[in-house]
Amino acid sequence: MSHSPNFSAQSPGRRQFLKRSAALVIAIGNTGVVSLLTLDEAEAQSLAAAPRAIGPKSLDTWLAFDKAGNVTAFFGKMDMGQGVDTAIAMVVAEELDLSVARVSVVMGDTHRTPNQGGASGSSGCRLGAIALRNAAAEARRVLVARAGEKLGVAADQLQVTNGVVQLKSDKKRSVSYRDLINEGFATDLDWNSRYGNNLTVKGIANPKAPADYHVVGKPAARKDIPGKVLATTEYCHHVTLPGMLHGRIIRPPVANAVPVSVDESSIAAWPDAKVVRKGDFIAVVAASEWHAIKAARELKVTWSETTPPFPPMEKLFEYIRQTPAASNSAKGGFGGAAYDPEPALAAIRNAARQVEAEYEVPFQSHARMGPSVGLADVKNGEALIWSDTQKPHDQRDGLAKFLGLPPDKVRVIWKPGPGSYGRSDSDEAAFEAALLSKELGVPVRVQWMRNEGHGWDPKAPACVISCKAGLDENANINGWYFHAKGFSGWDVNFNAADPRDTLVGQLTGIAKGDAHNFGAPSESYVFPNAVKFWETVPTFLAKASPLRTSHMRAPQEPQVHFAHESFIDEVAHAAGSDPVALRLRHMKDPREIAVLEAVAKLSKWKPRTAKDPKQTGSILHGRGVSVCSTFGGYVATVAEVEVDRASGRIWPRRIFVAHDCGLIINPQALRTTIEGNVVQGLSRTLYEEVRFDERNVLSVDWLTYPILDIRDAPEKIEIVTINRPDQPAGGAGEPSHVTIPAAVANAVFAATGVRVRRLPLRLDKLA
Amino acid sequence: MASYSLMIDGVKREVDADADMPLLYALRGDLAHKGPKFGCGLAQCGACTVILNGVATRSCVLPVSAVGDAKIRTLDGLGTAANPHPVQAAFIAEEAAQCGYCTNGWIMTTVAALEKTPHASDEQIRTLLSGLKCRCGTHMAIMRAVRRASDVMTRSTADNALFTDAMQEA
Ligand code: FES
Ligand code: FES
Repeated sequence: MSHSPNFSAQSPGRRQFLKRSAALVIAIGNTGVVSLLTLDEAEAQSLAAAPRAIGPKSLDTWLAFDKAGNVTAFFGKMDMGQGVDTAIAMVVAEELDLSVARVSVVMGDTHRTPNQGGASGSSGCRLGAIALRNAAAEARRVLVARAGEKLGVAADQLQVTNGVVQLKSDKKRSVSYRDLINEGFATDLDWNSRYGNNLTVKGIANPKAPADYHVVGKPAARKDIPGKVLATTEYCHHVTLPGMLHGRIIRPPVANAVPVSVDESSIAAWPDAKVVRKGDFIAVVAASEWHAIKAARELKVTWSETTPPFPPMEKLFEYIRQTPAASNSAKGGFGGAAYDPEPALAAIRNAARQVEAEYEVPFQSHARMGPSVGLADVKNGEALIWSDTQKPHDQRDGLAKFLGLPPDKVRVIWKPGPGSYGRSDSDEAAFEAALLSKELGVPVRVQWMRNEGHGWDPKAPACVISCKAGLDENANINGWYFHAKGFSGWDVNFNAADPRDTLVGQLTGIAKGDAHNFGAPSESYVFPNAVKFWETVPTFLAKASPLRTSHMRAPQEPQVHFAHESFIDEVAHAAGSDPVALRLRHMKDPREIAVLEAVAKLSKWKPRTAKDPKQTGSILHGRGVSVCSTFGGYVATVAEVEVDRASGRIWPRRIFVAHDCGLIINPQALRTTIEGNVVQGLSRTLYEEVRFDERNVLSVDWLTYPILDIRDAPEKIEIVTINRPDQPAGGAGEPSHVTIPAAVANAVFAATGVRVRRLPLRLDKLA
Repeated sequence: MASYSLMIDGVKREVDADADMPLLYALRGDLAHKGPKFGCGLAQCGACTVILNGVATRSCVLPVSAVGDAKIRTLDGLGTAANPHPVQAAFIAEEAAQCGYCTNGWIMTTVAALEKTPHASDEQIRTLLSGLKCRCGTHMAIMRAVRRASDVMTRSTADNALFTDAMQEA
């Protein structure tokens, strides 16, 4: 594990404990000598503060008590605004028999939290909570054993009530946690020797059986909300350092133009401003943020003459259709799966009837509420970075490579930022700030402007998805073909562990990577002679492209499911079947079946066998259904839309969601998380499309990249959750989002008889 | 550079700035406010909203030299954990934030409107809030929070009116 130097396993015997009255945390300096830091000292946000995370094996890495007996949990993932930290606090509180209020959660600091892989794949609870749960269970065991020694009784005669260990038979004989933790835990856990999403640890203790839960499964108030509402939360954007300069980046007017010359006299009006140029990367820094902005606007740069790198926007789907594939699902992705389309195509060709359709999804922008920000202090062979990245440990490794420093000399401290739903622009500014700070020897804060947040973030990949099915004389399906072809979801890797995946890396001479992934549906439908595969096309521009592509919320699954779940609806219509009934006939997974039946019941679904009789009013009504199972979550959604015949406006009036993500930790946060998934999904379904011309991206703000407005939000989102305490906690950050495009498209068809096969869904006025 | 004296949350604050520097940079910079945020700098999203003489105003496009002696209210000065503004209390009760980066705009726009006219129909709430951006899709919880705040503030205005009437009768 030499590549992760923050964590070296130490035997407990080598630990030398310093007695302190405050909470104690163990830290290992570079000499390997173990020292104990107070929690306050460990919180000091400097590089000098020794790394506290001493390795997944040590229980002290995960949990620390303060002198009041409150516990801090160190979590190597982050909350993006769905309440993951509260869920972790609940899990820890549950195992330790403490109230949730007494658990705080520290997230995403490479010197303080173990590398659990950051925010990724709806894994905060699904994967991230497991290690904390096991660690907390072991902590309770150790503390109760110590209490037993102190009280002179066996551990099984003891119970714990909010941090007080007491005799079951005589509650007055008790000792509180805080009197048992002077020396930390000094306890080893079994660790599976992995880092990232799959890191797990386990102690001797088994965690509680779900039947014994009294915290998990009950609504708990989200810990992050008051600070956000009362303006006390410190976002990444708020962090400052003495002597810090503000940086703004200069982007080319044509995507692949490089600077030929820079006229520094053009910014002479701001004496504190100066230009920093490194390779093809140009920035302006100034002591005053406003001066940096104005100077960056005014700086005269002569750019190289260059061939515009993009096709005209109206040729986007033609490019995808006609360009030879760069990779496919047999070669790329997580391992590859061989496929042969021929048997499916032959079955379909020979069928009595064929159903065929092609679906198109344009580029979409992460368009975060605030554009990228990062603060870096690089000096004396060390780097201290504040970032709102989703993956601080990966970013630490990437920054170390970029700066030529050993990873243990780089500390990345994550702070909350605008919601990030995939590999957005959030990783970029920290790398830019790091370069500028290294060049200038002073701390530099870089914040992007709005046009960069839209225009220069990595985009959700555009694609064309072809589907075909064969129907026999009895309208039974006898062949099924799904072929997605689009830009790679890994054109920009989903973590920033290498500077080649950043704009500034590519502009300073590091060749971009070339990795390929897209996706295919994985629901349990069984269709005879089925094939599902994907192909990717090469990126338009292999260096610092504003149309480079990456993961965006439920990577590529919104695109994939828009096509597949729309097509199932088309086949049902062709076969004269009800779309719910047809799905149920072919589904095998009982949990998919359960959510589909649940949403049919919730929405009082009326079976359809053909298009409902043509509607006559000025407002047309329709309902559509869609299903997704992914990341351990199972979701079925019914959308009810109103279409204004005169304007073609589509209003998703009511959305019904049936949701199963296994064990529910916090039902309250789950509901708002689902609502967020749905509304953002409606936005992507109805409004979002990155516009570009041959020279550059033209969607550069909220006017040129509209998202859902509150006037167009649904009247109601009705949710039924299925709690499965016998199943592990699954993902809730993405699966419901995935169902939205097809549910709405299917509802639009039911309302109008018009099948829209392109996102965002748009209708002209209807006759 | 010139010196400007700004009345912020009832306190006079001095800032040195270029005349054309938007108020947002004074608040976020020297004055270290955490409420107003930079979202677009183009008056398109509302993340930077403050209340200027009672009117919700996008501070990212308001030059500091144009503020004059107007009274500025910010989210930072609106309420505290012990004593939140009714709109803040409603946002907390409804958990109407995900990342929370947009929250400043929704709250300050709501405060300015409901303090003038506490009662608002659901339709009026949508119209009032139209144009504010939330990338996380928190709109449903936000609407519930504003509904709740409107109901609470309408009731307390009614109570105050009754109270005043009672006082006058007595
Ligand atoms: S930051 Fe002022 S409106 Fe967006
Ligand atoms: S809560 Fe994230 S932008 Fe609104």
